Amino acid sequence: MPGEQRGDKRPLYTAVAGLGLAAAGIGFAALQRSKRKKRAASISDAPHWTLEKQGSRALFGKSLLINRPKEALFAAWTVERFPEFMENVVTVEPLGEGVSRWTVKAPAGRKVTLVNRITRVIAGEAISWQSEPESDIANSGEVRFDDAPGGRGTYVHLILAYEPPGRALGRLGAKLVQREPEVQARRDLHRFKQLMETGEVTTNAGPSARASEHPAKSHI
Amino acid sequence: MRAVTWQGRHKVSVETVPDPEIVNPRDAILRVTSTAICGSDLHLYDRYIPGMRAGDVLGHEFMGEVVDTGAASTLEIGQRVVVPFTISCGQCFFCERQLYSACDNANPSETRDASDVMMGHAMGAAFGYAHLTGGYAGGQAEYVRIPYSDVGPVVIPEDLADDDVLFLSDILPTGWQAALNADIEPGDTVAIWGCGPVGLFTIQSALLLGAARVIAIDHFPTRLALARKYGAEVLDYREVDVREALDEMTGGIGPDACIDCVGMESHGFTLDNVVDQVKAKFYLATERPHALRQAILACRKGGRLSIPGVYGGFADKFPLGQLMEKGLTVKSGQTHVQRYTGELLRMIREGKFDTVSLISHHASLEDAADMYRRWHDEQNLYTKIVLKPGMARGTVRAVQQMEQV
Repeated sequence: MPGEQRGDKRPLYTAVAGLGLAAAGIGFAALQRSKRKKRAASISDAPHWTLEKQGSRALFGKSLLINRPKEALFAAWTVERFPEFMENVVTVEPLGEGVSRWTVKAPAGRKVTLVNRITRVIAGEAISWQSEPESDIANSGEVRFDDAPGGRGTYVHLILAYEPPGRALGRLGAKLVQREPEVQARRDLHRFKQLMETGEVTTNAGPSARASEHPAKSHI
Repeated sequence: MRAVTWQGRHKVSVETVPDPEIVNPRDAILRVTSTAICGSDLHLYDRYIPGMRAGDVLGHEFMGEVVDTGAASTLEIGQRVVVPFTISCGQCFFCERQLYSACDNANPSETRDASDVMMGHAMGAAFGYAHLTGGYAGGQAEYVRIPYSDVGPVVIPEDLADDDVLFLSDILPTGWQAALNADIEPGDTVAIWGCGPVGLFTIQSALLLGAARVIAIDHFPTRLALARKYGAEVLDYREVDVREALDEMTGGIGPDACIDCVGMESHGFTLDNVVDQVKAKFYLATERPHALRQAILACRKGGRLSIPGVYGGFADKFPLGQLMEKGLTVKSGQTHVQRYTGELLRMIREGKFDTVSLISHHASLEDAADMYRRWHDEQNLYTKIVLKPGMARGTVRAVQQMEQV
């Protein structure tokens, strides 16, 4: 569990951000290189992010079928719309030149700031990004939109690499309170699907006899 | 408002809870006028289905009057509607193929992970059921929020009473799909295990779909009497060896199609079921699939097996070799309710189904705890219970005198 260190009021995130920066420096280019290498070594046609055992992967990848044309999905994937379907993203502030500052909810009521730069855009197909040095969490990633066969819509692939604050222990803690980036990314991608297909983000909000819940708010 | 809540094994209580609110544009709010207790509610009552939380509002067979609508709802205030138990968006890959109970959007992102791990893919969503299927508040309450209200609810003409149409929400389409899944051909003999409400609608459906004979299996006299009334020949499994009887009734080949309307909590004092009961008591197994085992062994070679009965996980002593060697075709699944409601409503109006005579009791919503106990313990007398939020506490009306075979 990320905690505070003797009297230091700053979250551990900032303390370990330095560690993370090294990874960001290597960043997406290295992942692309290792991806190509793995592809050469493997005989499977599976997506590259599935080729390592789940525990030892450096990156997270998730694909979802969304029943909409890829042009519509590409057009909707803008930082301004992220708070609509990214549950832990509080605000995204565009800083110009493809850079944006994200305020994201973190475990224990904290907030972390990500500063990400879009590094590549292929219109209608893919968007890649990488974090800037001042980002609390070093991260890089790519979202890709491919036509699904038979007029089924679009396969949306989200690929993410990040340096977990507090390393393995921090990751475990974040997982326990469901603010771990992989859990968030998977759920956010599914919310994007709901929003694109149905026009709204699905919620189970409703009454229960549990005093802690509100009838207009989602619950687990 | 008042609502029936699940509190634990064999414990339900009627509590005062907050009213539901419109949350999304496609939502509507219903004032419930009739709400039934389903056989699958007993799986929750017995805590056979994992993923319930104390305080959950129960109920997935209900109808009522629209009292509020979101901006994108197509319903109008004042309309009377029956609501399918399956919550379905209408726009995903599955809904477009009318596989409504497999909807990939209705189970929220926060609740879908558990069933994704358990089942291999996340389950769809339903009202008033386990959090595996979305954790939605159910309709055994005065009011309920209906998501995607432009897709599911069936508007009911004024001349039809609640009792005529209430079962469009679940058990009528479930019986209909069970019979469709048996791919019935002219001349077929169809054997149906379980004469609960789903079994009784499966009997009617199989005959409407052209079965030459339907043979129904149970042990409760009133339920067997209803099966006979709807046109089935009946077997009381306490009196006869079911497989021997089925063989002798079909010239030794067995029924062409077998339908398991029992599910995970088979009754019966047979060796396999006693072992299952003991294992289930100690949480070593979730299933007691005695009826399904028997159906596989009874079915004719190259026959069809339809499984509307609810199962939750892994079963053992499953006759897989028998299934394969006999070349059976299996169809199963939760009901794609929205696919059938239009034609079934028309058939009700044409008088093709008897939707009323299986209802044994009307009772006040306030008496739900007692009704759950009776539904669980007195299955011979209580064949179907409809709760009415409008009725005064303590009013239980026996709707009709049940015959016994």
